Amino acid sequence: MATEPLAPVRLNRAILTKRLVAKLDREAVVAGIGNTNWDLFGAGHRPENFYMLGSMGLACPIALGVALAQPERGVIALEGDGSILMSLGCLATIGKIAPRNLTIIVWDNGLYQITGKQPTATAGSTDIVAVAKAAGIPNAQWVRTEAHFDQLLSRRFADDGPLFLAAKIDDKPGPVQTPRDPALIRNRFMKGLGVGNAGALD
Amino acid sequence: MTWSEAFLQVLKDNDVRLAAYVPDNVLTPLLTGITSDNYFRSVCATREDEAIGVVAGAWMGGLRSVVMMQTSGFALIANALASLTVPSQIPCVMVISERGTMGEFNVGQHLVARTMRPVLDTLGIAHHTLTDEATMPFIVDRSIKQAFMTQASVAFILSPLLTGGNPAGNAKLKSAG
Ligand SMILES: Cc1ncc(C[n+]2csc(CCOP(=O)(O)OP(=O)(O)O)c2C)c(N)n1
Repeated sequence: MATEPLAPVRLNRAILTKRLVAKLDREAVVAGIGNTNWDLFGAGHRPENFYMLGSMGLACPIALGVALAQPERGVIALEGDGSILMSLGCLATIGKIAPRNLTIIVWDNGLYQITGKQPTATAGSTDIVAVAKAAGIPNAQWVRTEAHFDQLLSRRFADDGPLFLAAKIDDKPGPVQTPRDPALIRNRFMKGLGVGNAGALD
Repeated sequence: MTWSEAFLQVLKDNDVRLAAYVPDNVLTPLLTGITSDNYFRSVCATREDEAIGVVAGAWMGGLRSVVMMQTSGFALIANALASLTVPSQIPCVMVISERGTMGEFNVGQHLVARTMRPVLDTLGIAHHTLTDEATMPFIVDRSIKQAFMTQASVAFILSPLLTGGNPAGNAKLKSAG
């Protein structure tokens, strides 16, 4: 069950992440382990960003939790193909709950890039967009070009979902790394979401 | 009030409005209470680490929540606790129905249960084994408050002494005896 034609050329995660961030206002973004969150940080820190330093595969569940807590806010999960393959079950959970304010974007380089470029199943037999559709997220699409990505993101993140996008990307690592301070990251994210007394000492 | 009704009342008293869980026989009265009460939102997750991710996100978004699982589910979440909730200081309230003890019939459950308290202790996560209805509301109420005030997780282990144990297991014990 192949889905739509793939990108004629491989896209680039850092470039696409910058194009995403340029579209955002107050949306929360939860970015997965390694390159995925490094490129989000590299696109310019925003208070509404959560960078995952571990917990491989949990970007979508964390984003689902944020989306349930703040139903008026658009929430975007960024995840690598290796990471989403570790947590395919969460696509079924999200398909069942169908949160209107959740968008999932998978960067599919067909690799566990950061651990030594070992190929993932999406390099061959697995079509991750077809997986998302079959899991119960009908609005699942391949990103074909940068312009197509912009077009797919010209939408209301807060009430147009759930949307699942995947882009075939190149094998480039993220050039900058996120500071490794999980408590600080969590505090700034909560401040960005306007929760509790986070940021009270700033 | 049954133990499960009393437990859910304490969750309400503490404004805990979301439960993420993977089903378990002993948890059934809690899960039925949650899914049949509009006060609660619930997420039936496919894995326990997914449930941890959901409540972590919910808490950061300002919604208090709880994770429910059985002991074997706890064995799936060490990485989520050690690399997400503990270092991020995200308080995670866990309710774990205790299999593997006081008449367990399944050797796998017995072994996996023995990994639970050492993992909790290693990660410095407070845990309380709930054995009777009289002390349970006080322990749960105070410990939930402490978890949210100190941004530190807490695990409530539901002993067969409180819950009566796994109904399927009890039937097997009768025929074994
Ligand atoms: C539970 C767990 N297993 C394995 C690892 C090691 N690991 C860290 S990142 C990673 C690969 C991630 O792959 P992907 O999400 O596709 O991102 P990419 O590196 O390709 O950008 C792996 C296997 C880990 N951190 N946690």
